[in-house]
Amino acid sequence: MNDKFQSRLDAVLGIFLLLGMLAALYMALIEAPREKTMGDLQRIFYFHVPAGITGIAAFAVNFLSSVMYLLRKNRRWDHLAFSSAETGVLFFGMVLVTGPLWAKPAWYVWWTWSPRLTSALVLFLLYAAYLLIRNYIEDPERRARVAAVFGIVAFLDAPIVWFSIRWWRDLHPSPMLETGGLSPAMRPAFYVCLAAFQILLIYLLRRRYFLESMREEAEMLERRIA
Amino acid sequence: MGKIWAIFRKDLLIELRTKDSLNAMLFFGVVVLVVFNFALGSMHESMRSAVAGILWAAFAFSGTLGLNRMFVAEKENGCLQGLLMVPVDRGVLYLGKMLAAAVFMLASEAVIFVCCIVFFNLSVWGEIPWLALVFLTGTLGFTAVGTLLSAIAVNTKLREVLLPLILFPAVLPILINAVEATAIILNASDHASLRLPLTVMSVFTIVFATIGWLLFEHVLED
Repeated sequence: MNDKFQSRLDAVLGIFLLLGMLAALYMALIEAPREKTMGDLQRIFYFHVPAGITGIAAFAVNFLSSVMYLLRKNRRWDHLAFSSAETGVLFFGMVLVTGPLWAKPAWYVWWTWSPRLTSALVLFLLYAAYLLIRNYIEDPERRARVAAVFGIVAFLDAPIVWFSIRWWRDLHPSPMLETGGLSPAMRPAFYVCLAAFQILLIYLLRRRYFLESMREEAEMLERRIA
Repeated sequence: MGKIWAIFRKDLLIELRTKDSLNAMLFFGVVVLVVFNFALGSMHESMRSAVAGILWAAFAFSGTLGLNRMFVAEKENGCLQGLLMVPVDRGVLYLGKMLAAAVFMLASEAVIFVCCIVFFNLSVWGEIPWLALVFLTGTLGFTAVGTLLSAIAVNTKLREVLLPLILFPAVLPILINAVEATAIILNASDHASLRLPLTVMSVFTIVFATIGWLLFEHVLED
Protein backbone atom coordinates (compact mmCIF):
# COMPACT_ATOMS: atom_id res chain seq x y z
CA MET A 1 0.00 0.00 0.00
CA ASN A 2 1.50 3.30 -1.02
CA ASP A 3 1.62 6.50 0.98
CA LYS A 4 -0.83 8.33 -1.24
CA PHE A 5 -3.49 5.71 -0.68
CA GLN A 6 -2.88 5.79 3.06
CA SER A 7 -3.17 9.55 3.32
CA ARG A 8 -6.36 9.51 1.27
CA LEU A 9 -7.74 6.82 3.54
CA ASP A 10 -6.86 9.01 6.51
CA ALA A 11 -8.70 11.95 4.96
CA VAL A 12 -11.79 9.85 4.29
CA LEU A 13 -11.67 8.43 7.83
CA GLY A 14 -11.27 11.96 9.18
CA ILE A 15 -14.40 13.11 7.40
CA PHE A 16 -16.34 10.09 8.65
CA LEU A 17 -15.06 10.76 12.13
CA LEU A 18 -16.16 14.40 12.06
CA LEU A 19 -19.61 13.48 10.77
CA GLY A 20 -19.86 10.61 13.25
CA MET A 21 -18.94 12.79 16.19
CA LEU A 22 -21.39 15.52 15.22
CA ALA A 23 -24.10 12.90 14.80
CA ALA A 24 -23.16 11.33 18.15
CA LEU A 25 -23.34 14.67 19.94
CA TYR A 26 -26.72 15.44 18.38
CA MET A 27 -28.16 12.00 19.10
CA ALA A 28 -26.88 11.82 22.68
CA LEU A 29 -27.62 15.37 23.77
CA ILE A 30 -30.74 16.28 21.79
CA GLU A 31 -32.37 13.36 19.99
CA ALA A 32 -32.34 10.78 22.80
CA PRO A 33 -35.26 11.10 25.23
CA ARG A 34 -34.65 12.41 28.74
CA GLU A 35 -34.40 9.65 31.31
CA LYS A 36 -37.28 9.50 33.78
CA THR A 37 -35.47 9.40 37.13
CA MET A 38 -31.95 10.59 36.38
CA GLY A 39 -32.82 13.29 33.86
CA ASP A 40 -30.05 14.65 31.69
CA LEU A 41 -27.46 12.99 33.91
CA GLN A 42 -28.14 9.72 32.13
CA ARG A 43 -26.75 11.16 28.89
CA ILE A 44 -23.21 10.59 30.11
CA PHE A 45 -23.98 6.91 29.51
CA TYR A 46 -23.66 7.50 25.73
CA PHE A 47 -20.01 8.41 26.22
CA HIS A 48 -19.07 6.28 29.22
CA VAL A 49 -20.11 2.87 27.87
CA PRO A 50 -18.80 3.25 24.29
CA ALA A 51 -15.48 4.51 25.68
CA GLY A 52 -15.25 1.39 27.87
CA ILE A 53 -16.06 -0.99 25.01
CA THR A 54 -13.59 0.81 22.72
CA GLY A 55 -10.88 0.72 25.40
CA ILE A 56 -11.28 -3.04 25.80
CA ALA A 57 -11.11 -3.41 22.02
CA ALA A 58 -7.83 -1.47 22.05
CA PHE A 59 -6.41 -3.74 24.79
CA ALA A 60 -7.45 -6.80 22.77
CA VAL A 61 -5.54 -5.37 19.79
CA ASN A 62 -2.57 -4.90 22.10
CA PHE A 63 -2.74 -8.52 23.23
CA LEU A 64 -2.98 -9.91 19.70
CA SER A 65 -0.17 -7.75 18.35
CA SER A 66 2.01 -8.64 21.37
CA VAL A 67 1.55 -12.33 20.59
CA MET A 68 2.19 -11.68 16.91
CA TYR A 69 5.34 -9.75 17.71
CA LEU A 70 6.80 -12.60 19.75
CA LEU A 71 5.96 -15.06 16.97
CA ARG A 72 7.06 -13.01 13.96
CA LYS A 73 9.50 -10.43 15.44
CA ASN A 74 8.22 -7.89 12.92
CA ARG A 75 8.57 -4.26 14.11
CA ARG A 76 5.14 -3.40 12.73
CA TRP A 77 3.43 -5.53 15.35
CA ASP A 78 5.30 -3.65 18.05
CA HIS A 79 4.19 -0.30 16.65
CA LEU A 80 0.62 -1.52 16.64
CA ALA A 81 0.93 -2.88 20.20
CA PHE A 82 2.29 0.42 21.48
CA SER A 83 -0.34 2.49 19.65
CA SER A 84 -3.18 0.34 20.94
CA ALA A 85 -1.96 0.42 24.56
CA GLU A 86 -1.74 4.18 24.50
CA THR A 87 -5.14 4.55 22.87
CA GLY A 88 -6.67 2.08 25.30
CA VAL A 89 -5.30 4.00 28.28
CA LEU A 90 -6.82 7.17 26.79
CA PHE A 91 -10.26 5.56 26.45
CA PHE A 92 -10.11 4.05 29.92
CA GLY A 93 -9.12 7.48 31.19
CA MET A 94 -12.40 8.74 29.76
CA VAL A 95 -14.29 5.89 31.42
CA LEU A 96 -12.69 6.64 34.79
CA VAL A 97 -13.47 10.35 34.51
CA THR A 98 -17.06 10.08 33.27
CA GLY A 99 -17.86 7.28 35.76
CA PRO A 100 -17.33 9.26 38.97
CA LEU A 101 -18.97 12.33 37.40
CA TRP A 102 -22.11 10.27 36.99
CA ALA A 103 -21.73 8.38 40.28
CA LYS A 104 -21.52 11.43 42.55
CA PRO A 105 -25.09 12.63 41.84
CA ALA A 106 -26.49 9.12 41.23
CA TRP A 107 -24.86 7.16 44.09
CA TYR A 108 -23.77 10.14 46.26
CA VAL A 109 -20.19 8.86 46.14
CA TRP A 110 -17.44 9.40 43.58
CA TRP A 111 -16.08 5.93 43.90
CA THR A 112 -16.88 2.55 45.39
CA TRP A 113 -14.80 -0.63 45.26
CA SER A 114 -17.29 -2.63 43.27
CA PRO A 115 -16.03 -5.39 40.91
CA ARG A 116 -16.58 -3.38 37.75
CA LEU A 117 -14.95 -0.23 39.07
CA THR A 118 -12.05 -2.10 40.61
CA SER A 119 -11.33 -4.14 37.51
CA ALA A 120 -11.56 -1.06 35.27
CA LEU A 121 -9.08 0.76 37.49
CA VAL A 122 -6.71 -2.20 37.60
CA LEU A 123 -6.85 -2.53 33.82
CA PHE A 124 -5.99 1.16 33.51
CA LEU A 125 -3.08 0.76 35.94
CA LEU A 126 -1.77 -2.33 34.15
CA TYR A 127 -1.59 -0.58 30.80
CA ALA A 128 -0.17 2.56 32.38
CA ALA A 129 2.54 0.22 33.74
CA TYR A 130 2.97 -1.13 30.20
CA LEU A 131 3.65 2.39 28.92
CA LEU A 132 5.98 2.99 31.87
CA ILE A 133 8.06 -0.09 31.03
CA ARG A 134 8.40 1.02 27.41
CA ASN A 135 9.58 4.38 28.61
CA TYR A 136 12.53 2.93 30.48
CA ILE A 137 14.03 0.57 27.92
CA GLU A 138 16.16 2.19 25.27
CA ASP A 139 17.05 -0.60 22.86
CA PRO A 140 14.02 -0.79 20.51
CA GLU A 141 14.27 -4.53 19.95
CA ARG A 142 14.47 -5.36 23.66
CA ARG A 143 11.74 -2.87 24.43
CA ALA A 144 9.46 -4.56 21.93
CA ARG A 145 10.07 -8.04 23.34
CA VAL A 146 9.73 -7.09 27.01
CA ALA A 147 6.64 -4.98 26.34
CA ALA A 148 5.05 -7.84 24.41
CA VAL A 149 5.53 -10.15 27.40
CA PHE A 150 3.99 -7.61 29.75
CA GLY A 151 1.13 -6.98 27.29
CA ILE A 152 0.26 -10.68 27.43
CA VAL A 153 0.46 -10.75 31.24
CA ALA A 154 -1.76 -7.66 31.50
CA PHE A 155 -4.48 -8.96 29.23
CA LEU A 156 -4.67 -12.37 30.94
CA ASP A 157 -4.71 -10.70 34.33
CA ALA A 158 -7.86 -8.71 33.57
CA PRO A 159 -10.36 -11.62 33.56
CA ILE A 160 -8.84 -12.99 36.78
CA VAL A 161 -9.27 -9.62 38.49
CA TRP A 162 -12.88 -9.65 37.39
CA PHE A 163 -13.38 -13.19 38.66
CA SER A 164 -11.56 -12.53 41.94
CA ILE A 165 -14.00 -9.91 43.02
CA ARG A 166 -17.17 -11.35 41.61
CA TRP A 167 -18.59 -12.22 45.02
CA TRP A 168 -18.77 -8.57 45.87
CA ARG A 169 -22.13 -6.90 45.56
CA ASP A 170 -22.06 -4.69 42.48
CA LEU A 171 -23.56 -1.24 42.61
CA HIS A 172 -22.71 -0.59 38.99
CA PRO A 173 -25.68 -0.92 36.59
CA SER A 174 -25.79 -4.28 34.83
CA PRO A 175 -25.11 -4.41 31.08
CA MET A 176 -28.06 -2.51 29.66
CA LEU A 177 -28.10 -4.07 26.23
CA GLU A 178 -28.10 -7.69 27.35
CA THR A 179 -30.67 -7.23 30.07
CA GLY A 180 -32.88 -5.09 27.85
CA GLY A 181 -32.71 -2.27 30.38
CA LEU A 182 -32.07 0.30 27.69
CA SER A 183 -35.28 1.70 26.25
CA PRO A 184 -35.63 1.21 22.47
CA ALA A 185 -35.89 4.99 22.05
CA MET A 186 -32.38 5.36 23.48
CA ARG A 187 -30.77 2.66 21.37
CA PRO A 188 -30.13 4.68 18.18
CA ALA A 189 -28.18 7.29 20.15
CA PHE A 190 -26.14 4.58 21.84
CA TYR A 191 -25.28 2.82 18.59
CA VAL A 192 -24.33 6.07 16.83
CA CYS A 193 -22.03 6.93 19.74
CA LEU A 194 -20.52 3.45 19.73
CA ALA A 195 -19.87 3.68 15.97
CA ALA A 196 -18.30 7.14 16.34
CA PHE A 197 -16.01 5.81 19.08
CA GLN A 198 -14.98 2.86 16.91
CA ILE A 199 -14.06 5.21 14.05
CA LEU A 200 -12.14 7.32 16.55
CA LEU A 201 -10.26 4.21 17.71
CA ILE A 202 -9.32 3.20 14.16
CA TYR A 203 -8.34 6.76 13.32
CA LEU A 204 -6.18 7.21 16.41
CA LEU A 205 -4.59 3.78 16.00
CA ARG A 206 -3.66 4.54 12.40
CA ARG A 207 -2.24 7.97 13.19
CA ARG A 208 -0.30 6.72 16.19
CA TYR A 209 0.99 3.74 14.24
CA PHE A 210 2.33 5.88 11.40
CA LEU A 211 3.80 8.37 13.84
CA GLU A 212 5.63 5.56 15.64
CA SER A 213 6.92 4.11 12.36
CA MET A 214 8.19 7.51 11.30
CA ARG A 215 9.76 8.16 14.68
CA GLU A 216 11.66 4.91 14.48
CA GLU A 217 12.74 5.58 10.91
CA ALA A 218 14.02 9.01 11.93
CA GLU A 219 15.86 7.41 14.86
CA MET A 220 17.56 4.92 12.56
CA LEU A 221 18.57 7.61 10.07
CA GLU A 222 19.95 9.68 12.91
CA ARG A 223 22.00 6.75 14.10
CA ARG A 224 23.37 6.21 10.61
CA ILE A 225 24.59 9.82 10.43
CA ALA A 226 26.22 9.67 13.84
CA MET B 1 13.51 -31.50 37.07
CA GLY B 2 17.15 -31.95 38.10
CA LYS B 3 18.05 -28.72 36.35
CA ILE B 4 15.33 -26.78 38.13
CA TRP B 5 16.66 -28.22 41.39
CA ALA B 6 20.23 -27.08 40.53
CA ILE B 7 19.17 -23.48 39.95
CA PHE B 8 17.02 -23.57 43.07
CA ARG B 9 19.86 -24.98 45.16
CA LYS B 10 22.31 -22.39 43.86
CA ASP B 11 20.04 -19.49 44.89
CA LEU B 12 19.36 -21.07 48.25
CA LEU B 13 23.07 -21.65 48.96
CA ILE B 14 24.01 -18.08 48.08
CA GLU B 15 21.25 -16.76 50.29
CA LEU B 16 22.12 -19.02 53.22
CA ARG B 17 25.75 -17.89 53.07
CA THR B 18 25.13 -14.16 52.74
CA LYS B 19 21.60 -13.80 54.18
CA ASP B 20 21.42 -10.47 52.36
CA SER B 21 17.84 -10.50 51.21
CA LEU B 22 16.35 -12.58 53.99
CA ASN B 23 17.47 -10.15 56.69
CA ALA B 24 16.14 -7.20 54.71
CA MET B 25 12.86 -8.95 53.94
CA LEU B 26 12.27 -9.92 57.55
CA PHE B 27 13.10 -6.53 58.94
CA PHE B 28 11.01 -4.68 56.39
CA GLY B 29 8.04 -7.01 56.91
CA VAL B 30 8.05 -6.39 60.65
CA VAL B 31 8.45 -2.63 60.12
CA VAL B 32 5.40 -2.66 57.84
CA LEU B 33 3.37 -4.37 60.60
CA VAL B 34 4.40 -1.66 63.06
CA VAL B 35 3.64 1.16 60.61
CA PHE B 36 0.19 -0.24 59.84
CA ASN B 37 -0.58 -0.62 63.50
CA PHE B 38 -0.11 3.11 63.95
CA ALA B 39 -1.70 4.01 60.62
CA LEU B 40 -4.93 2.30 61.65
CA GLY B 41 -4.87 3.29 65.31
CA SER B 42 -5.48 0.83 68.12
CA MET B 43 -7.29 -2.28 67.02
CA HIS B 44 -10.28 -3.91 68.57
CA GLU B 45 -11.26 -7.55 68.45
CA SER B 46 -13.81 -6.68 65.79
CA MET B 47 -11.10 -5.53 63.43
CA ARG B 48 -9.74 -9.01 62.85
CA SER B 49 -10.35 -8.82 59.12
CA ALA B 50 -8.04 -5.81 58.87
CA VAL B 51 -5.25 -8.00 60.26
CA ALA B 52 -5.44 -10.21 57.16
CA GLY B 53 -4.93 -7.15 54.97
CA ILE B 54 -2.04 -5.84 57.04
CA LEU B 55 -0.40 -9.25 57.04
CA TRP B 56 -0.53 -9.54 53.25
CA ALA B 57 0.65 -5.98 52.77
CA ALA B 58 3.69 -6.89 54.89
CA PHE B 59 4.21 -10.12 52.89
CA ALA B 60 3.88 -8.31 49.57
CA PHE B 61 6.26 -5.47 50.47
CA SER B 62 8.91 -7.76 51.89
CA GLY B 63 8.44 -10.14 48.96
CA THR B 64 9.06 -7.31 46.50
CA LEU B 65 12.32 -6.58 48.28
CA GLY B 66 13.39 -10.19 47.88
CA LEU B 67 12.37 -10.38 44.23
CA ASN B 68 14.38 -7.27 43.48
CA ARG B 69 17.54 -8.64 45.06
CA MET B 70 17.23 -11.84 43.07
CA PHE B 71 18.21 -10.36 39.72
CA VAL B 72 20.17 -7.35 40.93
CA ALA B 73 22.66 -9.66 42.64
CA GLU B 74 22.90 -11.76 39.47
CA LYS B 75 23.69 -8.70 37.39
CA GLU B 76 26.30 -7.28 39.76
CA ASN B 77 28.95 -9.90 39.23
CA GLY B 78 28.08 -11.09 35.75
CA CYS B 79 26.44 -14.22 37.10
CA LEU B 80 23.48 -13.77 34.80
CA GLN B 81 25.76 -13.99 31.77
CA GLY B 82 27.11 -17.27 33.11
CA LEU B 83 23.61 -18.60 33.74
CA LEU B 84 22.56 -17.68 30.22
CA MET B 85 25.48 -19.65 28.81
CA VAL B 86 24.38 -22.79 30.61
CA PRO B 87 22.71 -25.05 28.07
CA VAL B 88 19.34 -25.24 29.77
CA ASP B 89 15.98 -24.02 28.64
CA ARG B 90 15.18 -20.49 29.85
CA GLY B 91 11.93 -21.80 31.26
CA VAL B 92 13.91 -24.02 33.62
CA LEU B 93 15.81 -20.97 34.85
CA TYR B 94 12.50 -19.26 35.51
CA LEU B 95 11.02 -22.18 37.46
CA GLY B 96 14.15 -22.60 39.59
CA LYS B 97 14.26 -18.92 40.45
CA MET B 98 10.55 -18.80 41.12
CA LEU B 99 10.77 -21.68 43.59
CA ALA B 100 13.77 -20.13 45.34
CA ALA B 101 11.92 -16.81 45.64
CA ALA B 102 8.90 -18.64 47.05
CA VAL B 103 11.01 -20.37 49.69
CA PHE B 104 12.60 -17.07 50.81
CA MET B 105 9.20 -15.45 50.99
CA LEU B 106 7.71 -18.33 52.97
CA ALA B 107 10.62 -18.24 55.40
CA SER B 108 10.19 -14.55 56.08
CA GLU B 109 6.39 -14.91 56.15
CA ALA B 110 6.73 -17.42 58.99
CA VAL B 111 8.62 -14.91 61.14
CA ILE B 112 6.41 -11.98 60.16
CA PHE B 113 3.37 -14.05 61.04
CA VAL B 114 4.74 -14.88 64.48
CA CYS B 115 5.28 -11.14 65.07
CA CYS B 116 1.74 -10.57 63.86
CA ILE B 117 0.36 -13.08 66.39
CA VAL B 118 2.18 -11.24 69.16
CA PHE B 119 1.34 -7.69 68.02
CA PHE B 120 -2.34 -8.31 67.35
CA ASN B 121 -2.97 -10.97 70.01
CA LEU B 122 -4.20 -13.62 67.64
CA SER B 123 -5.09 -17.08 68.91
CA VAL B 124 -4.86 -19.28 65.86
CA TRP B 125 -2.85 -22.35 66.84
CA GLY B 126 -5.47 -24.77 65.57
CA GLU B 127 -5.65 -23.03 62.24
CA ILE B 128 -1.95 -23.17 61.38
CA PRO B 129 -2.27 -25.91 58.67
CA TRP B 130 -4.99 -23.92 56.87
CA LEU B 131 -3.02 -20.70 57.11
CA ALA B 132 0.07 -22.50 55.80
CA LEU B 133 -1.92 -23.69 52.81
CA VAL B 134 -3.17 -20.16 52.06
CA PHE B 135 0.31 -18.68 52.50
CA LEU B 136 1.81 -21.32 50.23
CA THR B 137 -0.70 -20.84 47.41
CA GLY B 138 -0.58 -17.06 47.66
CA THR B 139 3.20 -16.99 47.73
CA LEU B 140 3.54 -19.27 44.70
CA GLY B 141 1.17 -17.00 42.76
CA PHE B 142 3.03 -13.90 43.90
CA THR B 143 6.41 -15.25 42.84
CA ALA B 144 5.06 -16.70 39.57
CA VAL B 145 4.33 -13.17 38.35
CA GLY B 146 7.03 -11.54 40.46
CA THR B 147 9.95 -13.52 39.02
CA LEU B 148 8.93 -12.65 35.45
CA LEU B 149 8.36 -8.97 36.21
CA SER B 150 11.52 -8.72 38.32
CA ALA B 151 13.55 -9.87 35.31
CA ILE B 152 11.75 -7.18 33.27
CA ALA B 153 12.38 -4.45 35.84
CA VAL B 154 16.12 -4.97 36.40
CA ASN B 155 16.77 -4.58 32.68
CA THR B 156 15.20 -1.13 32.49
CA LYS B 157 16.75 2.23 33.24
CA LEU B 158 14.80 2.50 36.49
CA ARG B 159 16.00 -0.92 37.64
CA GLU B 160 14.48 -2.15 40.88
CA VAL B 161 12.42 1.01 41.37
CA LEU B 162 10.14 -0.12 38.56
CA LEU B 163 9.21 -3.49 40.06
CA PRO B 164 6.59 -2.41 42.62
CA LEU B 165 4.94 -0.17 40.03
CA ILE B 166 4.36 -2.99 37.57
CA LEU B 167 4.04 -5.85 40.05
CA PHE B 168 1.26 -4.64 42.35
CA PRO B 169 -1.42 -4.12 39.69
CA ALA B 170 -0.53 -7.50 38.21
CA VAL B 171 -0.66 -9.50 41.47
CA LEU B 172 -3.84 -7.88 42.70
CA PRO B 173 -5.92 -11.02 42.07
CA ILE B 174 -3.56 -12.96 44.36
CA LEU B 175 -3.61 -10.32 47.08
CA ILE B 176 -7.40 -9.98 47.01
CA ASN B 177 -7.92 -13.73 47.33
CA ALA B 178 -5.15 -14.25 49.86
CA VAL B 179 -6.56 -11.52 52.10
CA GLU B 180 -10.05 -12.96 51.68
CA ALA B 181 -8.91 -16.48 52.57
CA THR B 182 -6.80 -15.32 55.52
CA ALA B 183 -9.69 -13.26 56.84
CA ILE B 184 -11.99 -16.28 56.62
CA ILE B 185 -9.55 -18.29 58.76
CA LEU B 186 -8.85 -15.51 61.28
CA ASN B 187 -12.56 -14.86 61.70
CA ALA B 188 -13.09 -18.59 62.28
CA SER B 189 -15.66 -18.69 59.48
CA ASP B 190 -16.73 -21.84 57.69
CA HIS B 191 -13.77 -23.49 55.96
CA ALA B 192 -15.93 -24.44 52.98
CA SER B 193 -15.83 -20.81 51.86
CA LEU B 194 -12.05 -21.14 51.49
CA ARG B 195 -12.55 -23.16 48.34
CA LEU B 196 -13.25 -20.23 46.01
CA PRO B 197 -10.25 -18.03 46.89
CA LEU B 198 -7.96 -21.06 46.92
CA THR B 199 -9.21 -22.11 43.48
CA VAL B 200 -8.73 -18.63 42.03
CA MET B 201 -5.21 -18.44 43.45
CA SER B 202 -4.31 -21.88 42.07
CA VAL B 203 -5.65 -21.03 38.61
CA PHE B 204 -3.75 -17.74 38.67
CA THR B 205 -0.54 -19.49 39.71
CA ILE B 206 -0.82 -22.15 37.03
CA VAL B 207 -1.66 -19.62 34.28
CA PHE B 208 1.20 -17.28 35.15
CA ALA B 209 3.78 -19.97 35.87
CA THR B 210 3.04 -21.34 32.39
CA ILE B 211 3.34 -17.89 30.83
CA GLY B 212 6.59 -17.25 32.69
CA TRP B 213 7.97 -20.61 31.63
CA LEU B 214 7.08 -19.93 27.98
CA LEU B 215 8.08 -16.28 27.77
CA PHE B 216 11.03 -15.95 30.15
CA GLU B 217 13.58 -16.14 27.32
CA HIS B 218 12.15 -12.93 25.85
CA VAL B 219 12.77 -10.80 28.93
CA LEU B 220 16.36 -11.84 29.57
CA GLU B 221 19.18 -9.81 28.11
CA ASP B 222 21.23 -11.64 25.52
